[in-house]
Amino acid sequence: MTTAIQHREDLTVSSSPPARPAGADPAPPGRRLRAPGRALGVGVVGLWLSVIVLLPLAALTVASLEQGLAGSWEAVTSPAALAALRTTLLVSAVVALVNSVMGTLIAWVLVRDHFPGQPIINALIDLPFALPTIVASIVLLSLYGPNSPIGVQLNATRWGLIVALAFVTLPFVVRSVQPVLIELEREVEEAAASLGASASTTFRRVVLPTLAPAIISGTGLAFARAVGEYGSVVLIGGNLPRETQVVSQYIQQQIEIDRPVNAAAVSVALLSVSFLTLFVLRLWGSRSQRRQERTS
Amino acid sequence: MRTSRRATLTLRILALAYVVGLLAVPILVILYRTLEPGLGTYIDSIRTPAAIAALNLSLLIVAIVVPLNVVFGVVTALALARWRVPGRGLVQAIVDLPFAVSPIVVGVSLIMLWGTSGWFGGLEGSTGVKVIFGLPGMVIATIFVTLPFVVREVEPVLHEIGTEQEQAAATLGASHWQTFWRITLPAIRWGLTYGVVLTVARALGEFGAVIMVSSGFPGVSQTLTLLVHSRYIDDHNTYGAYAAATLLMGLAAATLLLMTVLDRKKGSR
Amino acid sequence: MITVSSARKNYGDFLALDDVELEIPSGSLTALLGPSGSGKSTLLRAIAGLETLDAGVVCIAGVDVSREPPQRRGIGFVFQHYAAFRHMTVRDNVAFGLTIRRRPKAEVRRKVDELLEIVGLDGLQHRYPAQLSGGQRQRMALARALAVDPQVLLLDEPFGALDATVRADLRQWLRRLHDEVHVTTVLVTHDQQEALDVADRIAVLNKGRIEQVGDPVSLYERPANDFVMSFLGSVARLAGHLVRPHDIVLDRDLAVVQRDDARAPSSPGVVSAAIERVVRLGFEVRVELRANTGERFAAQITRAEADRQRFVAGETVHARATRPLDATDTDPSLAI
Repeated sequence: MTTAIQHREDLTVSSSPPARPAGADPAPPGRRLRAPGRALGVGVVGLWLSVIVLLPLAALTVASLEQGLAGSWEAVTSPAALAALRTTLLVSAVVALVNSVMGTLIAWVLVRDHFPGQPIINALIDLPFALPTIVASIVLLSLYGPNSPIGVQLNATRWGLIVALAFVTLPFVVRSVQPVLIELEREVEEAAASLGASASTTFRRVVLPTLAPAIISGTGLAFARAVGEYGSVVLIGGNLPRETQVVSQYIQQQIEIDRPVNAAAVSVALLSVSFLTLFVLRLWGSRSQRRQERTS
Repeated sequence: MRTSRRATLTLRILALAYVVGLLAVPILVILYRTLEPGLGTYIDSIRTPAAIAALNLSLLIVAIVVPLNVVFGVVTALALARWRVPGRGLVQAIVDLPFAVSPIVVGVSLIMLWGTSGWFGGLEGSTGVKVIFGLPGMVIATIFVTLPFVVREVEPVLHEIGTEQEQAAATLGASHWQTFWRITLPAIRWGLTYGVVLTVARALGEFGAVIMVSSGFPGVSQTLTLLVHSRYIDDHNTYGAYAAATLLMGLAAATLLLMTVLDRKKGSR
Repeated sequence: MITVSSARKNYGDFLALDDVELEIPSGSLTALLGPSGSGKSTLLRAIAGLETLDAGVVCIAGVDVSREPPQRRGIGFVFQHYAAFRHMTVRDNVAFGLTIRRRPKAEVRRKVDELLEIVGLDGLQHRYPAQLSGGQRQRMALARALAVDPQVLLLDEPFGALDATVRADLRQWLRRLHDEVHVTTVLVTHDQQEALDVADRIAVLNKGRIEQVGDPVSLYERPANDFVMSFLGSVARLAGHLVRPHDIVLDRDLAVVQRDDARAPSSPGVVSAAIERVVRLGFEVRVELRANTGERFAAQITRAEADRQRFVAGETVHARATRPLDATDTDPSLAI
């Protein structure tokens, strides 16, 4: 079941094409099969991707600049927009941090510990990916909402946002660390122990550096997801301006009160944050990948 | 690493507490609350005309989106894996793009393109087709967010199977079309099915992008996810929202199960 | 007959085929032999139409097929990694070429049964490729290629992925099959043993050029150059000449070494050398020597000869090449 998640990871962090199988002809193959429909196929793919993905984003970018660069800057830096941005970034950062620690810990327990019911816990981890976000929202409300059976009311607080975002981004770190941990040779740890390192030293000096790329990549993906999240926070967040309103809610509100240019400008700002996060991750990922390849 | 028994236990309890508190308990609570008034009440709640209309609309969107994504996704994967097209990296980046875009931003972008004052706004005037606040808008929004799945599942399989089987078919006299139907398609079938399952799950569950482009009238333009939202927010019908959410949860659970089964198939192939 | 003329193929900066001329007679079993990167696979794939040449012409049975796709060249192709259709049974794999030609069911069935028997897979027709051994898969691939009655059968390192013993068996089997079926066959290999074993003609390729074409014996005995010589069998360097290790006479008595003129009339000079090591390799014995010029070489003598002479490490003997393979310019890099 991990493939669904793994591919999310490689598409942002290391989308290098898979290596050719060894033993193939050493010379790079040229034109292999003549395909008469190829030109048509390429045209169709180009048109499809343009209409579905590129044109909408282009239209958005152009719309955001309708009142000039200054106008869109003003829209993004208006107090309400800034407050929403600040809330979003703060909450997302907290969630990413919490999940980087807890996700690593869960991955560790799933790989190295053995207890009854472990497969169920393992399957449960993927649930937030399969569950519609609005359902996640309502699920959390049923426990932490107005009629909380445990007396914990988090709706319309930043804690509510944190819980909702932690829920939907939990799988990222777990699923990115787990395969690395499985691959990690126990011998390396045993070697460290045989050299006199204590358990905590081994973890800090040997295990953690190996896991670090996976942890950081998972954390980055979780952060990027949290920043743009809407469905899971819409019910539990309360949408209180300057308090619990996140950027996506602010954008939606701007559309509702018919300020499309503001909405577009803030959308572009939000897109930039996500792209920047993923871009940094990819750069960093390919760099550390190269470094590891050099040592192996 | 040799950890002490106590440390192991502490770690285990911490991890379990987090997973159980965040995932398991809320789900048990909502299940309990949904089923507490009895199965009859639950069934009544998901058989209201609005609920049935919402389910039908969700399924209709899935029925339109899946074939489109299969056809275009397979062609795109073939282009990426088989044809030496220039700008392959760029195409890959564009295919991944929807994963990085907030659903709300998807909605806003579609409004800017297809809305009455958008680039293609004239379309509505000339043909009478209402894209935004109509079915086409919801379909396009769903395609946007599900676009990467089929491509991302099929492309690695195409790389893995290589071109030898296709070349062998060519030397045996098979045309391109025959090779595709008899060799390539059977070889990618499990990857394709997996991509379709992910597409269906996401299409049923999409909320943010769809709410932006839907008029949201009960019984007309409400999908299942919009129904959950409107029952909770507009109707203050908490129980109804729980019931609809539980229905979606069942669909998600079925998806998870299918994914597990398919994953085994893919592995054993 | 297959004719390749002025064939040229570049992969970027890499010249895979450099003005190749080759004629393959009908009914022959020709091996394209060369190290990896020599262009032998490219040449085979160009004949099949799986690669397009940058320049040059490929004719099969007198017809220029250079512009034809593989589907229309009347070929059968066998891949190194079998290219088995993994989702089809053995029977469906073999029947594939006939099925897509829409031949009558009865004919397909008869033909497939016949072929499965020839390749020794009768009884396994309902298995999937994953349930076969490597050798069985390759025999299935051969039957599949033969099913469409190709004018020429092209095999790209067909035994390269198999174990040594299976490889030797299949080699013999291919030879027998060819004697029965008589289809013009071209086999790509980097294994000189394999080429000498099965082929009745060998074309040696190096760096995109054909170095020599001929029957196995003449290539071994009269190599056109150092490359062909060192690629077909081992060589030693003795007194500035390349020589097969088994063509070196060794004796303590200088007269004996010199006397033997009848066996090698144009023999070069005698070299005295110190024995460094004597290795018994079953039925033959390898003697490793160091000439007084400092050159190291190895001679191969029979067990009987070794028993008679009882060489020991450390002693000095006389050595002479009886059949120097007189290549014109000796490339020092080829000395062993």
